[in-house]
Amino acid sequence: MNHRTPAAGLRRRLAELRGPAHPPRPLDARALAALAANPGCRRRALLDGAGVDKAALARALGAPAPFGQSQFAFARGHAFEARVHADGCAALVGLLRAATGDTGPEPTGVEVPDLTADGPAGRAARTRLALAEADDRAARPDGGAVWTVLVHPMLALPVAGSPVHLEPDAVAVAPDGTRTVVEVKSFPILDGTADPAKVGGAARQAAVYALALEESGGPVADALLLVCPKDFSNLPTAAAVDLRRQRAAVRRQLARLTGLADIAAAVPEGVTFDVERPGAELAAAVADVPAAYAPECLATCELAFHCRERARSGGEVTVLGRAVRGELGALRTVDAVLAAAHGTAPGAGAEGGGPEDTGAEDAGAVPDPAVAALRRAARLRAEALAQAGHAAPAPTPAPGAPPPRAARDGGGR
Amino acid sequence: MTLLATLARVEAAASGRAQPLATVRHRHLAEHPMVFVPLTTAGEAGAPLGALVGTDPAAPTLLTVPQPRDRDLRFRFLAELADVLLPHLESAQDAVETVPRRSGEAAERCVDAPQLVVPNAGGVAFVRLLGRSMRFRRTAEEDPDAPHPAPARVPLLGRWLTHYGERARVPGSALLLSATELLTRHWATGQSPLEDQHLGALLAWLRAAEADVPGRDGGDGRDGGDGRDGGGGAAGARAALRAETERDAEGLLRTPPAGPATDPAFDNQRLAPAVARYDAGVFGAEAEIRTLLATQLRPTWDAVWEALERVRALPPGERVAARWEGDRWSYTAHRDRLRAGEPPQPRRDDAVTAARKLAARERDQARLSAQEALDDPLVLAGRRLAGEAFAGEVTAVEEAYSTGRRPMPRPLVTVRTGDEPQLAVGTKVYRVLPGDGRTQGGECAALPGPGLVTVRLTGGMGRGAQPAAGSVPVAGDTVCWTLFEHQPRGGPDLPDPEDTPWTHGGPPAGGPEEPDRATGEDLL
Repeated sequence: MNHRTPAAGLRRRLAELRGPAHPPRPLDARALAALAANPGCRRRALLDGAGVDKAALARALGAPAPFGQSQFAFARGHAFEARVHADGCAALVGLLRAATGDTGPEPTGVEVPDLTADGPAGRAARTRLALAEADDRAARPDGGAVWTVLVHPMLALPVAGSPVHLEPDAVAVAPDGTRTVVEVKSFPILDGTADPAKVGGAARQAAVYALALEESGGPVADALLLVCPKDFSNLPTAAAVDLRRQRAAVRRQLARLTGLADIAAAVPEGVTFDVERPGAELAAAVADVPAAYAPECLATCELAFHCRERARSGGEVTVLGRAVRGELGALRTVDAVLAAAHGTAPGAGAEGGGPEDTGAEDAGAVPDPAVAALRRAARLRAEALAQAGHAAPAPTPAPGAPPPRAARDGGGR
Repeated sequence: MTLLATLARVEAAASGRAQPLATVRHRHLAEHPMVFVPLTTAGEAGAPLGALVGTDPAAPTLLTVPQPRDRDLRFRFLAELADVLLPHLESAQDAVETVPRRSGEAAERCVDAPQLVVPNAGGVAFVRLLGRSMRFRRTAEEDPDAPHPAPARVPLLGRWLTHYGERARVPGSALLLSATELLTRHWATGQSPLEDQHLGALLAWLRAAEADVPGRDGGDGRDGGDGRDGGGGAAGARAALRAETERDAEGLLRTPPAGPATDPAFDNQRLAPAVARYDAGVFGAEAEIRTLLATQLRPTWDAVWEALERVRALPPGERVAARWEGDRWSYTAHRDRLRAGEPPQPRRDDAVTAARKLAARERDQARLSAQEALDDPLVLAGRRLAGEAFAGEVTAVEEAYSTGRRPMPRPLVTVRTGDEPQLAVGTKVYRVLPGDGRTQGGECAALPGPGLVTVRLTGGMGRGAQPAAGSVPVAGDTVCWTLFEHQPRGGPDLPDPEDTPWTHGGPPAGGPEEPDRATGEDLL
């Protein structure tokens, strides 16, 4: 990513894809973490990398994202964060020392430098300066136990050749210069435990910040300080969350993101994701970049409803969950699964051809264990349903006595 | 998901209709369950916003909090909730029967237990959260000096809800059920388990299963051409998408989320302005908030009852009543703890209690899997597919006897099966005896050829020198053997709490837990 010209070329190419009239939508840690959670999705990698406004794109495609934040949650989150940073962050340093079991000398002071500046680049510069000042204090022998807390600093992390600006809730610098990422979240730590899914999300996000801190130099602590409301109150409590695994995972995924140039190169010339274009054209453009849809996307990606619609109409089995892929082996589509299970080719008029008959015909030609298991599953299922007097499954006429409705469906093709 | 369940999902996706995953009902349903549909305030822990609650589908009680950040209003809501829930939860305490215990002494057991039904897994979690938030509160009677005492019966409700929430973690229990869990246990949709957590979408698939779609609908070129089933292959998916995303002219979801979280658009467009009017003292603002919350709650309320009706239509499994007995024991035990004046359930279980709960849940899980398979041929089919059971026709029966001092009948039964059980010589197998439903044990004696299994019967034949009548199958009978026990037992007993080994923290520190103190922070 240090080769200047290819990077500039990529930036130009990404701008074309985005539509030159639109400013790039900055990547944030949440997007980077989500990307790392589904690294196989080239569609998301390219759209995020190009800074396309995916929410607007989803609207243009007619499948708007259902995300939104309640103003109650917003107000509460802000009030809580203000409380955490109150009293010049002394309480925050106290929480950090308690959570990490810090046995160093009592803090003699807490510096909270002003980081306001124009634009993300300016704020990133101020942050770098503040970190350098903290390092200076750490290097001075008479510096005392002074902590520095950077509230909403701006960090830069090169991703796929261009810098991404990231804004953690806070970064605490210990008197010895060690940086710790601080995340303030509004879900509670209740009796010492918190929702593991939410903690996991916070840790992945913080791992991105920790990588950005590493880029700026200086030692970075292995753990994140997670600050949450205690029980049912609005009082802050904190826990240290080990980040080493998440950091390794995010680092690996981000390194793979440099493949952005390859993904962009595979998109035909003239294709654009400019959200001003008509929906049909955008749908065709989006279809040019392969996606790796899984139901988990619904919670994290704005385009998920569109991708789900496409995956469904393509009959992909991943719409039923990531786990089914492992069970079905090489069978990737609904039709292929049913054809395997019932021993029929998709679309073949199976009048009178029950699974038993066709199964016997090509039994020798089916070495795939997934197909054999499916065939047995279909036979057992039909048998059990018939035994209980249930209607046999509709897709193909089952052996035994198909009820009138199933027979009509089968004949309707 | 088992392969059989995956196949059902694939069939549902292809046909556009939910497909059965069970042929009988696997959970106990009370005649008059209490349905509880809660809503919570976004971003707050344990700040309820409102609820619909009751046992009559036509007449729910609506409870609301006009300003969820106000402690007094929250307490008022909880007191009202206690007024509705507690009479139900306490209703079965006094009707008891006496049953002998294994130790020989007689024990008292409640003849029924009240049931609570919530919309989804989030609802179950919220019941636990409400229980936690209430059970450590102190009333004015208990602690006259404490500021902001809780209303009288609120801590008691907290202990009941905690018990119900904890019981919901026991596999197969039915004191506290969620509508989505009930439905997904019995039907497969053509979407992922993640999406099944949306009660509206889940019901949309089930309604599509019922809608009478004539075959001629599939006759047009498009449906036939894509190689899918005729009759609107995507009916379920389309209906589910409408339930997930369809919004009215004001941008509000037509099918509000089943809670406890609200739709952010509703919060921002309707609720927040109404709460602001309430704060400003505008006349009628509280009534407006009640009406608004009712619009969000009522569709879910109706959906929960629809789910209950659908599940109730299935015939109950044979062993469901026996499992419900476990719930009645659990209810009785909690009643006894309350009557004995024991302190509220601790914030965290001590090591022995936690280990005991875990062991009990593992045992109950094994028992549930076994019983569901025995009750339901469709579930059994899954176990047969997994090689954990096999069915077939008896081809030969050979008399044989044990070699001890007193020879006992040990007949050898050979079965021809199309299944592929994971058997080796010596593997224990079990079957249900026709007639009385007792379990007969056996072991695999030989695997004489492909598709053939010889089982040596080892029990269930009486004490005589000749097997009891009907206890040995004859050639031509259809039999089904399982490789799993029908009444799995738990592991060895655990030590008493005072004997907790040091590896597990040693004996727990004594003394009841501190109450939750009211702080200035309670005013959020």
